[in-house]
Order: sequence, then C-alpha cells, then structure tokens
Amino acid sequence: MSAALDLITRVRGVRGAMLVSAEDGLIVAEQLMEGIKGSAVAALAASLAGKLRRAMGAAGTGTSVFWHLQAEQGALLVVPGGNSEGGILVVAVAEPDVNIGLVRLELLRAAAAVI
Amino acid sequence: MSPHTRAVESWTLQPLTDFVRESSVRLVLVLTPAGQVLAQSGFSRAVDVMSAAALAAAIVASTGELARQLKQPPFAALSHQGPKNGFFLATFATERGTLAVLAVYDLDVSSLGLVQLFYEQLAADLKAASPKGAAQKQVLAADFERELTDSLNTLFGR
Repeated sequence: MSAALDLITRVRGVRGAMLVSAEDGLIVAEQLMEGIKGSAVAALAASLAGKLRRAMGAAGTGTSVFWHLQAEQGALLVVPGGNSEGGILVVAVAEPDVNIGLVRLELLRAAAAVI
Repeated sequence: MSPHTRAVESWTLQPLTDFVRESSVRLVLVLTPAGQVLAQSGFSRAVDVMSAAALAAAIVASTGELARQLKQPPFAALSHQGPKNGFFLATFATERGTLAVLAVYDLDVSSLGLVQLFYEQLAADLKAASPKGAAQKQVLAADFERELTDSLNTLFGR
C-alpha cells in the first residue's frame, strides 16, 4: 500500500495521497504533508463518492472511474477502486496547478496495484 | 433548528443541531453515564428515548468496567455497523461532568468517518458551552420519576 501511495506522492504538486474505505470513510493508508486533516478529507471524500455513485446511477452513466474537484487553493482527485460501494477510494490532494493527467495516471496505477 | 431536536439543558441545543445537520445522523442522544438525557434528536416517542438512554448507559458502564479490568483507561468510543445502520457511542468530559453521545446513522446517508469527524466538533462545542463551575445536579430516588417526566415533556415539547 505504501508503494502504491509513493506512485502518487512523487508527482510534483501532490500534497498527499490516501487509501480510503468507501463504505465508512476511514483512512486505510496515508502519506500526507503536515497540515492536511486526513480524517476529514477521507470522510468527506467517501461521502461525496457515495452521493456521486447514486447520482450517476440515476443518470444512467454507469460508475465513475475518476473525479477531480478543483478549488481555489488546491484540488482533490479520486479514483474509486473496484466496486466503489464497498471498495477503496484512491485519493490525492494536490496544488491547484498540478499536472492532472499525470496524477490521474498514477491514481489509476495505484488503484490497480492495491485492488 | 431541526424541529426534531430538543434539549433539556439549553446549552446543548446548538452544538447538537449543528452535529445533526453536518453528519446527517438519524438519531442522537446526549446523556450522562447514569442515563439522564440532556438532549435528543430524531426520536418521536418517549419510550424510545428511555430505552436508548438506558441501553447506552448500560454499555458505557459495562465497557468502562471491562476497561478497568484490563487496567486501561475507559474506551473513548464504540462503533457498531450493521448492513443498513450504524451506531456510534462515545464519552467525553465537560464542566457538567462526563457526557455520552449516542448517534444512529443510515449507511446510505452517512458513514462512520463522517460521524467521527463531526463528533469531535460536537464534543469540543459541548465542552466550550457547558456551564462553568456548575456542580452536577444529583437526582434523588424520590425525585427520579418527576425529573424523568419533566425531562421527557421537555424533549417532546409537551
């Protein structure tokens, strides 16, 4: 798991990465810079993932494979691994100007490695 | 304020209302380890409040004794998750004395992580709001029934 998170955190601009239980919003593994409230990010990311899953199901689009929330001072990038309802979310917290494509690639690789 | 959130001791109301709104829990009790209810949210029947409070107090007492026998400090929190619902029970110290929070949540609306996250804020808010220097009021056996009736009337707006 640590190696999977290393893949993500070595990307320039990534401030932390976590594996989060999608069902209960608890942290399974983390590599975070100081100052990031991992438990809050994990709980809120899992909550959002659950709501997105239901919304996308209702919209008939199937399950999400990647989502990206851009904020003024950073970004949250998530890949739901496996069956996202009871699976693992691979989460990255990044600077606003991070290379999204590269982080996405590493999140997908990490998800494949841990699930 | 949620119409289903009521408090016997008014200083508990705002922190509890915030907790319910943010964590999306279905039922909450704030109580003393003896089972005296200070506030509730989501309950519609007095008998359910009494049952939940008695059971929560019993769990606090039994886990406290288990911790004592293991020569450990009392457990900070207890979580149980079923297929559709979860419950979370935790105790913390305030100026009012030790308080317990029992929260019941639906898994498709909330999660243990969310409840834990906002419980930390609830405990901090209740600690800050609790009356300073107030001695804990002891309920005498002779007054117990009247105190209980008064509390339930307040909690259900009667």
